[in-house]
Amino acid sequence: MALLQISEPGLSTAPHQHRLAVGIDLGTTNSLVATVRNGISVVLNDEHGRAMLPSVVRYGADGGVVAGEAAQLAQSEDPVNTIVSVKRFMGRGLTDVGDTSRLPYRFVETGEPGGMVQLRTVAGVKSPVEVSAEILKVLRQRAEASLGGELVGAVITVPAYFDDAQRQATKDAAKLAGINVLRLLNEPTAAAIAYGLDNASEGVYAVYDLGGGTFDISILRLSRGVFEVLAANGDSALGGDDFDQRIHCWLLEKNQLSALNPRDTRLLLTLARTAKEQLTDYPEARITAVLSSGELIDNVLTQAEFHSLSQNLIQRTLQPLRRALRDAKLTVADVKGVVMVGGATRMPQVQQAVGEFFGQTPLTNLDPDKVVALGAAIQANLLAGNRTGDDWLLLDVIPLSLGLETMGGLAEKVIPRNSTIPTARAQEFTTYKDGQTAMSLHVVQGERELVSDCRSLAKFELRGIPAMVAGAARIRVTFQVDADGLLNVAAREMASGIEAAIVVKPSYGLSDADITRMLQESAQHAVDDMQARAQREQQTEANQLCEAVQNALAQDGDLLDVVQRAHIEAKIAGVREALQGGGQQLIKRAMTALNEATVSFAQARMDKSVTRALSGKNISDLDIK
Amino acid sequence: MGVTLSEAAAKHVKNFIAKRGRGIGLRIGVRTSGCSGMAYKLEFADALEADDLQFDSFGVTVLVDPKSLPYIEGMELDYTREGLNEGFKFNNPNVKDACGCGESFQV
Repeated sequence: MALLQISEPGLSTAPHQHRLAVGIDLGTTNSLVATVRNGISVVLNDEHGRAMLPSVVRYGADGGVVAGEAAQLAQSEDPVNTIVSVKRFMGRGLTDVGDTSRLPYRFVETGEPGGMVQLRTVAGVKSPVEVSAEILKVLRQRAEASLGGELVGAVITVPAYFDDAQRQATKDAAKLAGINVLRLLNEPTAAAIAYGLDNASEGVYAVYDLGGGTFDISILRLSRGVFEVLAANGDSALGGDDFDQRIHCWLLEKNQLSALNPRDTRLLLTLARTAKEQLTDYPEARITAVLSSGELIDNVLTQAEFHSLSQNLIQRTLQPLRRALRDAKLTVADVKGVVMVGGATRMPQVQQAVGEFFGQTPLTNLDPDKVVALGAAIQANLLAGNRTGDDWLLLDVIPLSLGLETMGGLAEKVIPRNSTIPTARAQEFTTYKDGQTAMSLHVVQGERELVSDCRSLAKFELRGIPAMVAGAARIRVTFQVDADGLLNVAAREMASGIEAAIVVKPSYGLSDADITRMLQESAQHAVDDMQARAQREQQTEANQLCEAVQNALAQDGDLLDVVQRAHIEAKIAGVREALQGGGQQLIKRAMTALNEATVSFAQARMDKSVTRALSGKNISDLDIK
Repeated sequence: MGVTLSEAAAKHVKNFIAKRGRGIGLRIGVRTSGCSGMAYKLEFADALEADDLQFDSFGVTVLVDPKSLPYIEGMELDYTREGLNEGFKFNNPNVKDACGCGESFQV
């Protein structure tokens, strides 16, 4: 018979209706899956009792695919077809990836500009999405075997700095693995949830995440049930592996060894890692090895020595920490709690340095390797509806404002940054020219006033707008951001009902540094931007005025004599000239002059249209209201 | 007679309640539901109901409402592991027939 778990009071599920939900930490180095069982969040182990699945996928010539431990073992013998750290390529173009010369993979560029980078393996060209899906499939199978049923869904964690493209890629990978994504959750937020901070009083929390190969620091603020990421910073090339490297170098120095062959290097690195782990609990670690040359290595590393060896690595994590606090405009005194994430935070010297920096003991009682998955599981359980209503649903916010380009290259914000998601906002736009039947919509992201300073997300067109005079059409544009931070933009012409929509799946990503930079720039350039905006608006207005007058001339030019007409045309030329590099004052003066020159012409046109409307009609035919 | 827990089950229940941080015991009952008529209810108990029957097994308080008792009289709750899956198993002498999944039963 089926095995049951204890439910919360009043929440026993009907047979066959257990809502099995898991949290997945899809990590750069390792991935985990966790669930809430009998009221407690637990990580699900594989059949060998291992919680962590190495995020490594190997493609075989026979079309076979293995993910995890077995793939990791093949890494050195088959580096080209064994993909490690695929998370770094998710939603990224080749130019985003940066220096690829040190990576063993054969990268393939997609035809479309800004497409995601692809990897050529013996089993064909694979996208990072497909590779990630292989990891997720293994986790899904493990979860279904452990829970005895099909999953209703999963919460998958992503770094706080992941942009829309990277988030969408993560979602796509889950879909490919047959997993219904309940929500994507920021990793630091998941860690905070695991520590129950979402139930704690409001305040600012720091999440210090030192993983195998990456370092991330996030400053979160919890207020009214919303975790807002105030600042994110880090070092994508700093992690626990660097500490192994330091011990490795120390060994080489102690034994006066020069370059070793790959086998010996691997051996010493493995021993270095073991020593590092031992030094967490013991005052010293002994390292013994026999090299392939027959040389014997026998050294004792003390905690004190290791501390001094790793001091500058730890210092390197404090720099991004200071930057993150500065970006959030906070000081250490504002931080209410510090959460430690990542296996490398087990090292006492790391905990000590972080504790000294913040002037408080960091939270370390949960396993730092599992804390993100545990938090994701709690959120998944909540979203699947397995908890009572006294828990609030956790919300996230969008990191940068979303908007549309309007005439003159101005960015009109539709959803301001830090809006809680999911959210939907609508705004009405209109046509710029008489008889305009199509409209190009350009979706942008950023805080700046000019489109050229923001990031372009997508472009699409609304066609088939009925011909009307400029400004008469009413086009309602709806921006909808779902719970995963993905954007859906729809435009609808209200009179005819024609519609166009796009799901934004932007080609290029923003790194955390980009976001920080964009936010900083927006603050620095606030005054410049305001002036630039005013100038662009004026230019647009001036263009529109010339356009309108020229249309009128084409239509009713017969109302004017040659002199009058020449006078108006000269003034139009004056405006056009002022637009060519003239200052704001000059444009303004030229526009005023054109307006004045057209007063009598406008009067004449008005009379003509009234006469036209009335001519040939009896007074009784007129519908006078 | 009543309802009992195996030693393993009691140990796990105590552990779960301790980690959950609150709860006075375990509530076991049945509901009319499922493909074969009845389904078990297994929940943490936060409060004692007026007509609850109380049983004690290895230091764990088991609460059963009087209407459920006839269906589970003499039952032992065990905790087992089947492959990767682990959880509570109902050894109920009253069951005459159960659906394939075993989550639902008839008496």
